[in-house]
Amino acid sequence: MHRPTILTAIIVALALLGAACGDDDTAGESDATTTAPTDDGVVQGDFPVTIESAGGTWTLESAPQRIVSLSPMATEVLFAIGAGPQVVAVDAYSYFPEEAPVTDLSGFDPNVEAITALEPDLVVIVNDANELIAGLTALDIPVLVSAAPADIESGYASMAELGVASGRIDEAAAAVESLRAEIDAALADAPRTTARIYHELGDSLFSASSFGFVGAVYAEMGATNIADAADADQSGFPQLTEEYIVEADPELIVITDQVGYTTDDVLARPGWGEITAVVNGDVVVVNADIASRWGPRLPQFITAVADALAGIAVPVS
Amino acid sequence: MTSTASAAAAEPESATDLAVGRAFRLPAAALAVGIVAVAAVAVFSATQGAAGLPVGGVLSAIFDRVPMLGIDSTLSERQESILFEIRLPRMVLGMLVGGSLAMAGAAYQGVFRNPLADPYLLGVSAGAGLGAVLALGFDLDVGWGPFDAVSAAAFVGALVAVSLSAAIARGPGSSPATLLLAGVAMAALFSASQTFALQRLSDTRAREVLSWLFGQLNTSGWEQVWVLGPYFVVCGLILVLHRRHLDVMRVGDDEAASLGLDPARARLVIVIAASVLTAAAVAVSGLIAFVGLVVPHIVRLLVGSSYRAIVPLSALFGAAFLGFVDVGARTVLSPAELPVGVITAFVGAPFFAFILWRGKAVAA
Repeated sequence: MHRPTILTAIIVALALLGAACGDDDTAGESDATTTAPTDDGVVQGDFPVTIESAGGTWTLESAPQRIVSLSPMATEVLFAIGAGPQVVAVDAYSYFPEEAPVTDLSGFDPNVEAITALEPDLVVIVNDANELIAGLTALDIPVLVSAAPADIESGYASMAELGVASGRIDEAAAAVESLRAEIDAALADAPRTTARIYHELGDSLFSASSFGFVGAVYAEMGATNIADAADADQSGFPQLTEEYIVEADPELIVITDQVGYTTDDVLARPGWGEITAVVNGDVVVVNADIASRWGPRLPQFITAVADALAGIAVPVS
Repeated sequence: MTSTASAAAAEPESATDLAVGRAFRLPAAALAVGIVAVAAVAVFSATQGAAGLPVGGVLSAIFDRVPMLGIDSTLSERQESILFEIRLPRMVLGMLVGGSLAMAGAAYQGVFRNPLADPYLLGVSAGAGLGAVLALGFDLDVGWGPFDAVSAAAFVGALVAVSLSAAIARGPGSSPATLLLAGVAMAALFSASQTFALQRLSDTRAREVLSWLFGQLNTSGWEQVWVLGPYFVVCGLILVLHRRHLDVMRVGDDEAASLGLDPARARLVIVIAASVLTAAAVAVSGLIAFVGLVVPHIVRLLVGSSYRAIVPLSALFGAAFLGFVDVGARTVLSPAELPVGVITAFVGAPFFAFILWRGKAVAA
């Protein structure tokens, strides 16, 4: 009869654990309530509106006032289009802008209970982890899947979509317009180049190809992205073979500030000594957040890349 | 069980004889097949890759390095650096890792008298994984010598997990079943901790850890070869010298003791050597599944059930297998990379299934 005893003990332990987690969630909720919607702007839009995404088709009867965002990109956009006061909670990695109500919610491993405890009237997510869409749908909570845009143009479209969903259509249109102007200006100022570029995401040699909006920035400047040849299924983020990188001979190597190694480490890699970018020391570091998230800070990334391109030894026109 | 018992009992030997006697007697045919396989894989691997180096150029560059042949390399400097700094070290590392895992797997199968035993059995994989996740998550900068932080933490994590398993079982020398179950408990605990820590990581970091967990042979030149090489030589030698103990232990502890062997002590030495070897392999290559489980069985089906042959031949066949499979990792999606652990199972599982289907019995 040992087994039932142990099982009972485990069940009791799990129940206690669940209760403890429940307490956490309640605490999160009360935190969120302190930043509750204090609507300072006029919510426009002809509600009810219908939103359509991979999260299903939803009709919002009125402008959502308790938005939960599990997408750092969507968080940046929501705040940029004036919907910030309607946002009650954002995921742990939504640390921009500073006033975003960060919680320990996770977009990678979301917990439906923790989300519903916040009583959201709209949940914005990047992808459907842990059957999240099904769970929220069962509870009749509207879900908007705001996936990472594949290129710059579809980034504007997802901003507009968030504007419709949050009842900030005019602000979203204005934000798109000014962002478009900024991006166009940054691209216009950027040198035109045919340089071969390698954007490294980590030392497993994952890279950003032109099929994602990060790599698309290089293509906009005319550069050749060496990852494109490896991205047959257009995932946007292929893993390259080291031999290929050396053979492709990039003239500029871009790494981010979250990779855990430095430009010197890249320059010192065995077998990389003959790469043009390494010979000329053209390995640059960019801020990982602005170089991996669609949002109002994208012009900063373009400017950073443009500066790097202007400085490399390979001639640009 | 009765047939294996009679096979081992048919060759009674004294304890000293067990340690060194007939140390290198191997079935000549299987040995020849193993050596030819390693050589063939080496040539194949050296001439294949994402960078389409001309085969003649590769051979000329390699023979150029052999003194007094008078052959000049026809490769450019960049091509030479691809060959000598990227392709060849990766090939050698793959072979060393394959040999290490297969040999450790054979030793575990013998010690635990269990055909399902693999090198990750006692929590090595989970411990190493937790170490790697913590190193990435907390930005540890504790690399020592040629180990970077992730490798060092993985090595330590693997050994901590095995040591805990052994401590719970009151010593690696205790009964195989106790040690096995302690290992299962530790593996579960460390996996859970690893998953918990993984969820606290940012997406970039999580992706790094995941690709590490899947196993990768992306090298930094020859450095990792020099790291793993000494472990391979020392631990491999210990295992090879104890292979006859494994044969005797198959008949059971009491019988082994009656033949003048101290089974607890032998098990201690073998488990430590196999675990350290596995931890070193995991530290340089992440978790490459299937090699350590299947290669010893394939060898066993070729040469019979005596560990005298299985242990050293597993090293050869493991080296050939992983060396061959890594060519696929480098070229199938070229110029994109395919995690080598995916291919080991993809190639190894059907092959193993075919052998089983042919009706051969498997035993440890």
